[in-house]
Amino acid sequence: MEARLFVLQRLSAMLLAPLVLVHLGLILYAVRGGLSAEAILARTQGSVGWALFYGVFVLAACVHAPIGVRNVLREWTRWRSRSLDGAMLILAAALLATGLRAVWAVVV
Amino acid sequence: MHDDSQQLRVSIWRGKSEGRFVDYEVPARDSQTVLDVVTWVQRHREPSLAYRFACRVGVCGSCAMTVNGRPRWTCRTHVRKVVSDGRLTIEPLRNLPPIKDLACDMTPFFDKWHRAGGRFKGTSGRNDPLPRLERSSPERRAADAAIECINCAVCYSACDTVTWNPEYLGPAALNRAWTLLNDVRHAERNRILDVVSEDGGCHSCHTHGSCVEYCPVEINPTASIAGLKRRSLGNMLARRNR
Amino acid sequence: MGGGGVSAIGTDRRHAGFAAFVIHRLSGVLLAVFLPLHFLVLGLALDGARALDSLLVFAELPWVKASEWGLVVLLTVHLVFGLRILALEFLPWQGARKMWIAWGAGAAAAAGLLFIVAAH
Repeated sequence: MEARLFVLQRLSAMLLAPLVLVHLGLILYAVRGGLSAEAILARTQGSVGWALFYGVFVLAACVHAPIGVRNVLREWTRWRSRSLDGAMLILAAALLATGLRAVWAVVV
Repeated sequence: MHDDSQQLRVSIWRGKSEGRFVDYEVPARDSQTVLDVVTWVQRHREPSLAYRFACRVGVCGSCAMTVNGRPRWTCRTHVRKVVSDGRLTIEPLRNLPPIKDLACDMTPFFDKWHRAGGRFKGTSGRNDPLPRLERSSPERRAADAAIECINCAVCYSACDTVTWNPEYLGPAALNRAWTLLNDVRHAERNRILDVVSEDGGCHSCHTHGSCVEYCPVEINPTASIAGLKRRSLGNMLARRNR
Repeated sequence: MGGGGVSAIGTDRRHAGFAAFVIHRLSGVLLAVFLPLHFLVLGLALDGARALDSLLVFAELPWVKASEWGLVVLLTVHLVFGLRILALEFLPWQGARKMWIAWGAGAAAAAGLLFIVAAH
């Protein structure tokens, strides 16, 4: 299992790298003008492009973050049992649900 | 210059996991090594002090201990290079079960070496012609870069992932596996990728690089393990496509 | 003869590769903690622009702005140190790419600076 998690971690990292760069650029651009809800939503609502971009972003993050957190907990606490794996799946599901909800909220 | 009046303050661990540091005053000498210091203490102050050494000249790796927090060969460690404020603290190697004082049990280290597939098995017999090794081939160069390991366990002691992950095979075992994976004479190369891809294998390495930092023969286990990760990934993808 | 104390054999971890590992791991943990909060804030847009606006007024608070700055730095750090790991593991070995650590810290500082400048 560790081998498969490793591969998922690295692949999601490779996917996240360009997405993060775009996102950082976006944040800096948005902050430049000062955020207002209308300004953000005007740009994002109805956009298939943004839906796809952030949808993929959320999916990759939901894979990458729980695997990373699992490594940290296994190495720095005594929690190494199967219950940890279950907890990480729950974390992934929670991130997926709130993430996709957020994408929906901002795009629809 | 030879100065008999100079004394080193040396703290040496006595006991097993439970025990205490005992302080000794040791005469400082030019070109003194830490092994010289330990030997002096055993001969002149503490006959029951347990420690390991063999060659005394930096080729066998038996004298490895933790000196001022760093895993080193004590015969190859000049006191003046590591002494801090006239003090030396000497402990056994980390990550291995203690036997007594400065001697630790190397069994788990060698168990993991075997588990990683370190034992060579030849493909040819004594009546076959000698296999030709192409020294400049990428595989042979990769193996040669990692082949000088004498299993001293300094890297194993330096590695925090070994401390934090009891299943982790460790840098020396995985480095050895890498040399055999690249050895065209080895009969069980296929098995190696399976073994190092199990839990506790190469994928547990986080590339801290402490092994590289401390290896006395300048081997780079991190690079070997990265090689294993690449080959393991290739192997996994190849299996998917079958 | 004196002595005493407890042996907790450590290793001197003062080398660049280990520092990079710690920073990469800690930034990842902090980001993982932040991410659900971030998603929840955005989800509030579901309640309409007004809910998001009142939250964006909240976002003008100095400590909130400082946290946002912190997160930009964390994300940049985690990204660059992560790219170093990917390079070490999947590209042919070319040294520990220790210069990447310096560059990574620099990039994060630059991103943080840009954020401060842009926010004015």
